[in-house]
Amino acid sequence: MKQRIPITKMKSYARNKSIALTDTSMESTVSLNKFLVNLADVFLFIGRVFRNTFSRGFEFKEFLKQCFQIGNKSLGLISVTGLIIGLVLTIQSRPVLVNFGAVNMLPSMVAISLIREMGPVITALICAGKIGSSMGAELGSMRVTEQIEAMEVSSTNPIKFLIVPRVVAATVMIPLLVLYADALGILGSWAGANIKGDVNFVLFITQAFGKVVFMDFIPAFIKTFFFGFVISMVGCYKGFNAGRGTESVGVAANSAVVMASLLVILVDLFAVQITDLLL
Amino acid sequence: MSTENKNTEDVIDIKDLKISFGGNEVLKGVSLQLKKEENLVVLGKSGTGKSVLIKCIVRLLKADSGTIEVLGDEVNGAKREELEETRKKIGFLFQSGALYDSMTVKENLEFPLRRIKKDLSEEEISQKVNEVLENVGLPDAIDKMPSELSGGMRKRISLARTIIVDPAIMLYDEPTTGLDPVTSNEISMLINDIQEKYKTASIIITHDIECVRTVADRIIMLKEGEVYKEGSLAEFESDSDPYISSFFKSQSLKNQK
Repeated sequence: MKQRIPITKMKSYARNKSIALTDTSMESTVSLNKFLVNLADVFLFIGRVFRNTFSRGFEFKEFLKQCFQIGNKSLGLISVTGLIIGLVLTIQSRPVLVNFGAVNMLPSMVAISLIREMGPVITALICAGKIGSSMGAELGSMRVTEQIEAMEVSSTNPIKFLIVPRVVAATVMIPLLVLYADALGILGSWAGANIKGDVNFVLFITQAFGKVVFMDFIPAFIKTFFFGFVISMVGCYKGFNAGRGTESVGVAANSAVVMASLLVILVDLFAVQITDLLL
Repeated sequence: MSTENKNTEDVIDIKDLKISFGGNEVLKGVSLQLKKEENLVVLGKSGTGKSVLIKCIVRLLKADSGTIEVLGDEVNGAKREELEETRKKIGFLFQSGALYDSMTVKENLEFPLRRIKKDLSEEEISQKVNEVLENVGLPDAIDKMPSELSGGMRKRISLARTIIVDPAIMLYDEPTTGLDPVTSNEISMLINDIQEKYKTASIIITHDIECVRTVADRIIMLKEGEVYKEGSLAEFESDSDPYISSFFKSQSLKNQK
């Protein structure tokens, strides 16, 4: 149970010990204390999720349900976004490449940027909005209406039943959604290339994948598992630890989206740095 | 009464229970015993720690000190596996009902049954679901979603979900709050019916004096985290203490209006 030391108590303690503390230094000590407690809480939560993932009694039915929720129900949004990203990237890049007489590089350039960066990051950001918020709001409202407590008194471990299937499903489904978005992005790019030119589909695909090597694909694909993990973990953590009032449901959903989006960008930064160092 | 006899009679034995939140002491050494097949009402103003008390019994909240024995098993210091075994013997009716929104009534009722009584066949599960729905008077609600139910119906289904695993002890957290007087009375009668049919011992947290009059075998009043008075309904109603009589008087005034 979290215990916060009231500022007044800290001040009287400081006075007794003849320690000169200003209001600002007290406030910052309290916020640092709060930050460290929250950080420890996050790591404890992640530890509990890992322990329950690898212990007996995986909730397979719930996992499949979550795969359907995360994967199938995001297909429409990911399809539209993937197609448009490929299309826009092609339309924007074409004039520059034409100036350099390098228009034949267009398919491979778009394919590489889609596979390495645009596909995974854009898909992850969309999923951070859609999946992160839905997990935050759903679990938050379950917390507010005592459904999580009801599960506990029914001898059901809520981490095992609610959190583990969501985290595992998102970690598996987001890489698949990224592959799907990449494929539709390339399709959109072919459509974009045909607006001002006439390119055969087979030729476009041959050119697109002519320059793509295995190592363009693998590091980018691996990082998508981490995207899925952080998005679901943030959504579940925020929802599971939501406060008591109905307002906290909105707060949980909102902070899940903000934190998940930020973490996606940070994970991407680390992934790119590590890939750069290794290759 | 000998100590041995007393222990077999008490299904819950709480001694010197203390819990505080951020320096605010909510329970300051509460002791109480719940006897077999008894309806014990815990009365008190909001914020006196009534809900905290019953949440400590199922260890949704961990007490800072004191002991809680449920059917002879210590709860406060129990390991997770031991705690789960004890929880199987307790039914907890939440204030909000706490029905799972994403599941139908049938799935809500099957949820604890499949997890607590794992050896039941599909036929037995279905039979048990129908039986408890009959007992709470809502056999037609089986395929409904919780959002399609009224407040009273949600409470009844929630009660059905609690009794489906045949608990030895029932804990009711404000069972009639937010309901109209007629439905409140029906829920109070249902609590008595369940006690008679399933031979449960119950702790009922409530502010509703009509509910107290209907269900109470014994009453404990909490004030500022401590037991203020313990006794029968008649003793409470005839008590001239201003704090106690304010509960019963205010209700009488309402009735007079």
